[in-house]
Amino acid sequence: MNATDFLTRFDATASPADTAHAAADAFRASGLPTMRDEAWRFTNLRPLTERDFTPAQPGADVPADLLARLPALDAPRAVFVDGFFRADLSTAANTDVSAITVRTSEPLAALNTMFAQPGLALDVPADTNAGTLVLASIATGNGTDFHPRHRIRLAPGARLTVLDVSVGNGTYLHNAVLEIAVAEDAHLTHVRLQDEAPTGFHISTIYADIAERGTYDSFGLTLGARLARAEVHARLGGAHGAVHLNAAQLLAGTQHADFTTIVSHDAPHCASRQTVKNVLTGRSRGVFQGKIEVARGAQKTDGYQMNQALLLSPDAEIDSKPQLEIYADDVKCSHGATVGELDDGQLFYLRSRGIPQPEARAMLVHAFLTEALDTVSHEPIRAVLEEAVAQWWQRHPA
Amino acid sequence: MLKIENLHAEIDGKPILKGISLAVPSGEVHAIMGPNGSGKSTLSYVLSGRDGYTVTAGTATFNGIDLLAMEPEERAAAGLFLAFQYPVELPGVGNANFLRTALNAQRRLRGESELDAVQFLKLARAELKKLSMSDEMLKRNVNVGFSGGEKKRNEVLQMAILRPKLALLDETDSGLDIDALKIVADGVNALRGPDFSALVITHYQRLLDHIVPDKVHVLAGGRIVRSGGPELALKLEAEGYAGVLEQAA
Repeated sequence: MNATDFLTRFDATASPADTAHAAADAFRASGLPTMRDEAWRFTNLRPLTERDFTPAQPGADVPADLLARLPALDAPRAVFVDGFFRADLSTAANTDVSAITVRTSEPLAALNTMFAQPGLALDVPADTNAGTLVLASIATGNGTDFHPRHRIRLAPGARLTVLDVSVGNGTYLHNAVLEIAVAEDAHLTHVRLQDEAPTGFHISTIYADIAERGTYDSFGLTLGARLARAEVHARLGGAHGAVHLNAAQLLAGTQHADFTTIVSHDAPHCASRQTVKNVLTGRSRGVFQGKIEVARGAQKTDGYQMNQALLLSPDAEIDSKPQLEIYADDVKCSHGATVGELDDGQLFYLRSRGIPQPEARAMLVHAFLTEALDTVSHEPIRAVLEEAVAQWWQRHPA
Repeated sequence: MLKIENLHAEIDGKPILKGISLAVPSGEVHAIMGPNGSGKSTLSYVLSGRDGYTVTAGTATFNGIDLLAMEPEERAAAGLFLAFQYPVELPGVGNANFLRTALNAQRRLRGESELDAVQFLKLARAELKKLSMSDEMLKRNVNVGFSGGEKKRNEVLQMAILRPKLALLDETDSGLDIDALKIVADGVNALRGPDFSALVITHYQRLLDHIVPDKVHVLAGGRIVRSGGPELALKLEAEGYAGVLEQAA
């Protein structure tokens, strides 16, 4: 499905909203990104354009195996099936798409704006600890595309933890946009568990605005999809804000996953932290692009970025692109990248103690991931992630 | 018992072991002494199954089983333990988890039931106490940030928990002060008995003051050139390798 196909469908849509028209104009001009676009240098959307998609319809039957893949977490959940809110499967959430933000800079976000489906719309009142919420996306497949638009706003002093999980069967395009606003002194913990079908396509574009002393603490675990991209635009707009964009990508076969971050330090005394780990087997390919922009007045910025890859096969590939744009003179910004294989000496040490090779390899891979997983302090969610990693390892012993 | 016959091994086509023959009966502790480059570490790696060493001739059996045909983990489950000269650091792997995984993996390979976390902790704490070591040892990552002495003590702790039938101690005394040396020696001596044997590889005699061997072998140029009782170690200490090697030639 190429840009023209999407636009043809859009033009046939009855009375789209003004926001959708504005996005369609932008999308008409940009088209789908190609590898000639700097922001998409390492991710080729051709596999997406080679498939036909039809718009997802509401009310799909949800197979039990998919429901069973939602994490058992003692928390209310908002469930979306093929992008449609499902009150029958949910225990929380109101949805609303009336006040949608037009996104035109990122073509996939523009596409989402064109076909936006009412997503989670959550406002946490001031000084309220709203606890934990599960935001679940289930894709039933059948070659559909869906474009949920979610929004989470935390008023001053509010707190919330969201486990954002995506699962699916078959072939589909899940193209989500999540708008986040963290007000003064508010704290949002956002853990993504992307465990889409091996033939699915997953694009998540996240816009996060963090006000003074606010924190956006996020972790993403990427396990699924034929092709995936998580793109986070985080803007630190008030002093003493913090943003954590940590992630782990575990890929096998011919999977391709891209984690792209743009952190804008627009205010002084803010901190950004990124620890990204990739475990790549088969002919999989991992991408990390991390841009840190420090505006002129953003003195005392503290930025840290580390991307590490463990290649478990000679055919796996990692592409790492750190980018620092610094216009202030009193800042601390560091970045680094490492690529390696499992250490023979460590492997032999474990085996010499009686631990069979597959188990020894799993232990070392887990040890490699620990630094990233340790950034998730919510114990029940951490346990969900550990379990997902263990299951991934069972599916893809390498 | 460990029986090595005419063992030849090479690394990258370079012969290191050139016909070692040696038997360590059950219940005995033998020492292998030799100058640097004589093949001491190679012997321990070949016996424990490290990649990169090619056995070109000879055999090594343990209680009649062909050691060289087994994977390293199978050798461990059969009762072999290598105390490393340079224990490996494992960042991100907790010591307790490591020890329990190893013990249970061996028990599984032997068809025994696994220990749960509570049973394991009880066992580990008892062994720590015997070795005058703190429980903190279990909470740390394997060997990460350990001093040289702590690493060697951690090897002895592993040995105490895994209860091997045959221990290979590869220069376990290197880098140890006298207190640590005693703890290590006590750990080995505690395991001594009719079903335990050990091959203590060392450059110096001083470890053998604390772990008194039944026999001492001198390894030089990839071969055992001399064997004798504990007094041979004292002779080596007094006369140096050069003197003993001259007499052997």
